[in-house]
Amino acid sequence: MSAAETRRMPAGAAGPLPRLGGRLLLSEIGMVMRRRRNQLILVTFAAIPIIIGTAVKLAAPSGSDAGALIGNITHNGIFVSFTALVVVIPIFLPMAVAVVVGETVAGEANLGTLRYLLVVPVGRTRLLVTKFLAVGFWCLATALTVAIAGLAIGFALFPRGKVTLLSGTETSMVGGLGRLSVVVGYAALMMLAIAAMGLFISTLTEVPIAAMAATLAVAITMQVLVAIPQLHAVHPWLISRYLLDFGDVLRDPLSFAGLTHGCLAALAYVGVFFSLAWARFTTKDVSS
Amino acid sequence: MKPPVPAGEPRPQPPSGAGGSLAIETAGLTKRFRGGQVAVDRIDLAVPNGAVYGFLGPNGSGKTTTIRMLLGLIFATSGSVQVLGHLVPSRAARALPGVGALVEGPAFHPYLSGRANLARLDAADLSAYRGDSRRRISEALERVGLSAAAGKRYRNYSLGMRQRLGIAAALLQPRQLLMLDEPTNGLDPQGTREVRHLVAELARDGTTVFVSSHLLSEVEQMCSHVGVMRTGALVWQSSMADLAAQQKVRVTVETQDSVVAKGVLADLGLTEIAEDGASASAVLGARAPEQVVAALVAAGVGVRGFAVAKPALEEIFVQLTGEGFDVSG
Ligand SMILES: Nc1ncnc2c1ncn2[C@@H]1O[C@H](COP(=O)(O)OP(=O)(O)OP(=O)(O)O)[C@@H](O)[C@H]1O
Ligand SMILES: [Mg+2]
Repeated sequence: MSAAETRRMPAGAAGPLPRLGGRLLLSEIGMVMRRRRNQLILVTFAAIPIIIGTAVKLAAPSGSDAGALIGNITHNGIFVSFTALVVVIPIFLPMAVAVVVGETVAGEANLGTLRYLLVVPVGRTRLLVTKFLAVGFWCLATALTVAIAGLAIGFALFPRGKVTLLSGTETSMVGGLGRLSVVVGYAALMMLAIAAMGLFISTLTEVPIAAMAATLAVAITMQVLVAIPQLHAVHPWLISRYLLDFGDVLRDPLSFAGLTHGCLAALAYVGVFFSLAWARFTTKDVSS
Repeated sequence: MKPPVPAGEPRPQPPSGAGGSLAIETAGLTKRFRGGQVAVDRIDLAVPNGAVYGFLGPNGSGKTTTIRMLLGLIFATSGSVQVLGHLVPSRAARALPGVGALVEGPAFHPYLSGRANLARLDAADLSAYRGDSRRRISEALERVGLSAAAGKRYRNYSLGMRQRLGIAAALLQPRQLLMLDEPTNGLDPQGTREVRHLVAELARDGTTVFVSSHLLSEVEQMCSHVGVMRTGALVWQSSMADLAAQQKVRVTVETQDSVVAKGVLADLGLTEIAEDGASASAVLGARAPEQVVAALVAAGVGVRGFAVAKPALEEIFVQLTGEGFDVSG
């Protein structure tokens, strides 16, 4: 193993921008996706639309006045996906995000692997960005799992074809799928906002379970605050307030006004909490 | 006994190695933890290129804390660190690719195999060339004798296997400097010997090795330089040869005529003479042992046995760091 045989890539800060390194990101995503517990979470998420679809099928197709979305399922299977997303976004998705994001920094610190990553060296900023991107992938994966499982069961049990929107107008199947992707993307972005809070919390402790619990507690507390009308003055500052603001996507004419608000709020959360996490992580003694 | 070079005073600079520069250099390096404890107190390390530097000190004397600062894991309260000519932590990204490290025991993901754990570290390394990652991982595993257990999950590794994997991680790339914090902790006698050979081999190829250890015989065998910590202060730093020169070599004569022998030793100018009826002994000083034997024989002393003994490193270590068993909290 002489120096001559081993090629070295140019040192870190060669280009104008510091390199991120795709290998590390892939490895991080692999760590998240290969984890048995996380696979189980995805399976559970796939089960939710299946349960919804089956329940609607079994319940008589009579005109029971369920929610607007759930009532549409019998007309078009794609609504299983929309309904399931509305079901998972407030609590289940934040839970899944908290579990994974809590582990990012605190988990590595707890195992002691953090010190070995840092001496490789990875660079603290690069490690934090990579971890956050991997969590972003996880946010998307969870929302996508719900949507895809919903489509599968929906199309198996219910009609497909033209989609009747909540406004009563019709759009093509492709249009419907397009709108579904927008909702999935929106859900993932909302979860990324929660993940940014979790990332910050994860840099504060060496106990991953504590980081998970704290992240979830924050997310749930926000939901509770949003449910109290007297606190409407603070509602615009709470990300929970925006979680389900994609109703306009299911109407004609297609309007992104509601979405834009939520997206800006989410980006602000990501900006603020990622900065806090960065400030904390790049100045912290790693003595685990 | 007072340490030959008390802390705070200028101490002999270790002779410089190849290139004349230092692989590790600290100035006034200090770490005060929250709570006010000073774990490392104004130390000036100087580790020459190419040296095998033994870093000694009782439990809690600040060795691991120092190593963490050298690697940029924790931030110094004051003082500066240069590793391979780069300031740490500000230029750590330039220094660390040339450094392999084992800090306070190995740490890996329990559910990944040894090989997968190394692959993960390799993936994290921007300077690592992806194309030969597989080969380098296999070579590192082979070097520490883990090839057969490479596919096992880390959680099922024994203590020594874990330690070996930690060393393998430090050897994933050719390194200019290795920092090994108690590398033989938990290893079997073969493993310990292997590590010693490995260090010797790496040192021969020009790698500088900075190794902390409690096994003094080990340090004596493999190190060219030595530094000793005591409650956060560096109380000794020199080459092994300089340390040996400070050691008081004692000669012991076994004889019936011990009183006569005592007189001869005194006439030769030896010091710290002791006599117990069956033997006489003294500190040799500048005299050659053969002169002593000749003088004894000339004086008609019936020499039954003659021994020249260098104190083990352990004795010097105890002199430098105190007899007390309790750690200094
Ligand atoms: N994170 C920390 N916070 C507070 N004190 C610490 C921290 N890490 C270490 N210390 C203290 O610093 C001192 C030096 O510890 P260090 O781990 O450097 O000792 P060491 O020389 O490596 O000992 P050993 O031979 O037992 O490994 C100890 O008194 C320890 O309690
Ligand atoms: Mg230690």
